[in-house]
Amino acid sequence: MLARSPHAALRRLFDDVGTVDAVGIEERVAKYGTRSIKKASKLWGLKLAASMVDLTTLEGKDTPGKVASLCQKALCPHDPELGVPQVAAVCVYPAMVKHARKALGSATAVRIASVATAFPSGQAPLKTRLAEVKAAVADGADEIDMVINRGAFLSGEFGVMQDEIRAVVEACGQATLKVILEVSELETYDNIRAASFLAMRVIREGDFIKTSTGKTSLNATLGNNQVMIEAIRDYYLDTGVSIAMKPAGGIRTAKQALTFLLAIKETLGDAWLNNARYRFGASALLNDLIRQIAKENTGAYQAPYYFSEATESY
Amino acid sequence: MPTLTAKKTSTRPARPAPELIFGDLWEFDPSPETADPKLKTRYELFINGQFVAPKSGKYFDSINPANEQKLAEIAQASAADVDAAYQAAKAAYDNVWGKLPGRERAKYLFRIARLLQDRAREFAVAETLDGGKPIKESRDFDVPMAAAHFFYHAGWADKLDYVAPGRRVASLGVVGQVIPWNFPLLMLAWKLAPALAMGNTVVLKPAETTSITCLKLAEILQDAGLPPGVVNFVTGAGDVGAAVLNHPIPAKIAFTGSTEVGKIIMRSLAGTDKKMTLELGGKAANIVFDDAPLNQAVEGIVNGIFFNQGHVCCAGSRLLVHEPVAEQVLTKLKNRIKVLRVGDPLDKNTDIGAINSKEQLRKITAMVASGVKEGAEMFQSTCRLPTKGFYFRPTLFSGVSMSHRIAREEIFGPVLSILTFRTVDEAIEKANNTAYGLSAGVWTDKGSRILKMSAELKAGVVWANTYNKFDPASPFGGYKESGFGREGGRQGLLDYCKLI
Repeated sequence: MLARSPHAALRRLFDDVGTVDAVGIEERVAKYGTRSIKKASKLWGLKLAASMVDLTTLEGKDTPGKVASLCQKALCPHDPELGVPQVAAVCVYPAMVKHARKALGSATAVRIASVATAFPSGQAPLKTRLAEVKAAVADGADEIDMVINRGAFLSGEFGVMQDEIRAVVEACGQATLKVILEVSELETYDNIRAASFLAMRVIREGDFIKTSTGKTSLNATLGNNQVMIEAIRDYYLDTGVSIAMKPAGGIRTAKQALTFLLAIKETLGDAWLNNARYRFGASALLNDLIRQIAKENTGAYQAPYYFSEATESY
Repeated sequence: MPTLTAKKTSTRPARPAPELIFGDLWEFDPSPETADPKLKTRYELFINGQFVAPKSGKYFDSINPANEQKLAEIAQASAADVDAAYQAAKAAYDNVWGKLPGRERAKYLFRIARLLQDRAREFAVAETLDGGKPIKESRDFDVPMAAAHFFYHAGWADKLDYVAPGRRVASLGVVGQVIPWNFPLLMLAWKLAPALAMGNTVVLKPAETTSITCLKLAEILQDAGLPPGVVNFVTGAGDVGAAVLNHPIPAKIAFTGSTEVGKIIMRSLAGTDKKMTLELGGKAANIVFDDAPLNQAVEGIVNGIFFNQGHVCCAGSRLLVHEPVAEQVLTKLKNRIKVLRVGDPLDKNTDIGAINSKEQLRKITAMVASGVKEGAEMFQSTCRLPTKGFYFRPTLFSGVSMSHRIAREEIFGPVLSILTFRTVDEAIEKANNTAYGLSAGVWTDKGSRILKMSAELKAGVVWANTYNKFDPASPFGGYKESGFGREGGRQGLLDYCKLI
């Protein structure tokens, strides 16, 4: 009886994948903040970060019009002379996928990501969630952001959680999958590492694990990011399968984004410094990146009204 | 964790072993710290509150180990200068400092701490130029920690009635102190602050290669209005140190440095009634069990041995790793040291700076050669090193056994010797099988094992799931040939007083 309890299941999983020392991980990530990135290296980092943005709008009040202007910003974030690259993707609700496809056209490098599987809670029957994934893919989504069954994880039913992910992988077909762990609901670093491994073992090379929905109080932090990229590294060195990573929510400033990229540079190395392996799920971040790129080019900060500042009106 | 490696072998696809690429896709531009260190071209002795020329009229050069350029000239003290310093210290003790109430002494210590904080960046740059340590360490550790020691002991100065419950304490008189070159300013603070708080006066000699921040602190002592003679600095090489230690005036001798010199000092003080504390070398064991959070353990191992280029007496220079995870830990360590940046200590992104002196670089190189000769397997990072200056790559030795020199002798450089063990008892036995006993580290998820290890390891400090953590309130000191006496905390104060 005891051996089948959720506690025992978690314990066995921790023995399997290893644990995380919270004090140690926070000490590690604090060191990224003391790095000093200047001039050409800063500009390179800012542009890289811009190319990794999943420009996101996930609101009840989203309309085809707002999605269309979001797509325009994704294609051309600012005056082309500034050299800000196109973002990696736009991220919208399934109902907006066809409008995004219409706005972007089919011959574009900007991908369409859609949050499916009853985002953000995931509390709908599996059949419904899979149908949602299929509909989004049929409408033209290139990438699906799913949420894991946190209830199943916390009650130790890892098989249920993994089977659901497997089913979504199948429903995705050619589309890339991003598995959202919703780290704030997993609470501990140990759980985040364990859930990362459970997800990585059932997804495909090039699929993502992602921190959060952006709909809860705590989203991507450097600590959560570090736990997950260390899991990706350990899994890669063990199996040769490279999994991609997407921190989402809470990354608003260029400086933050550079710090996250430093974590990648020093943990996963150069092979992950591109938008096939690393993304930022964010809406306000792009504006600050543009502002900083302009500052690096001109040597001075420009007034906010020179940029399409508000995330409400792209 | 062991199952992770064991079970995947059958499903592993047939492709080359996965490797991480730590290349130069994203190179950093230079980011030097630009604060002015405000160096003088020539530094005199600091005796009786004044900067005075040495009686010999001789000076020696202090060079920057990062580029071998001359920074300043430092006065060469002689026995006569040392005697003058002791006479000044004695007069200051008899006439002023010994009679001053604790609450008045506290004011001076608070003032020194604040002035040091005010000039923190300037001191950090000076420390880095003189000693070669990376600016991020002098900025984030050495200088703030030195200020913290003055603050902490300022707080004690008016509460000494409570330092030894049931007893009263009295100052000793004049104390003679000699400090090493690895943490010039911090060791100075460790020595000065408790001595002054307790009401003693001081004659101190900094290390020959790192005298500058000591003499810059003399400027702060003047600015703080510290009465003349309470603190005196004499600079020079080993002969000046011997004169400081063998002078008849001091009631106590405090020395931090090598075990070799510590033994000479003990011999020379035998038969005198001088009190003594010695903080000497170490060969600390950092012990990693298979249930440890390995990624953080690796961080701790790196911090333990590569902090301050490994010029740390409590450096975790012997890694004892549980056999089931040995392979995994070694792989992780190799990947970690590939991203350590070795280079210009003044660059804010430098992780490992310059070796303190040509002499020390020679010692490290010789020890590493002996490790290779005795059959241990060496791994070094391939980072580019500056062409001028004294640098050494972060180095790992695996397959080390207890009989190797690199497992027994202190290297005092960025060189880690990796040994394995099978059981808890074997770990304890190997950890204690050393002439030293300054510090140790234990990495495990099991709390009861931490308690057992900390009771059975013969080391003055045992860190659990962390390494190289310091606090002014925490006593620091050794067992066996790592010395005796404690610095920091209540215990450190007790070494600067007599109980009555």
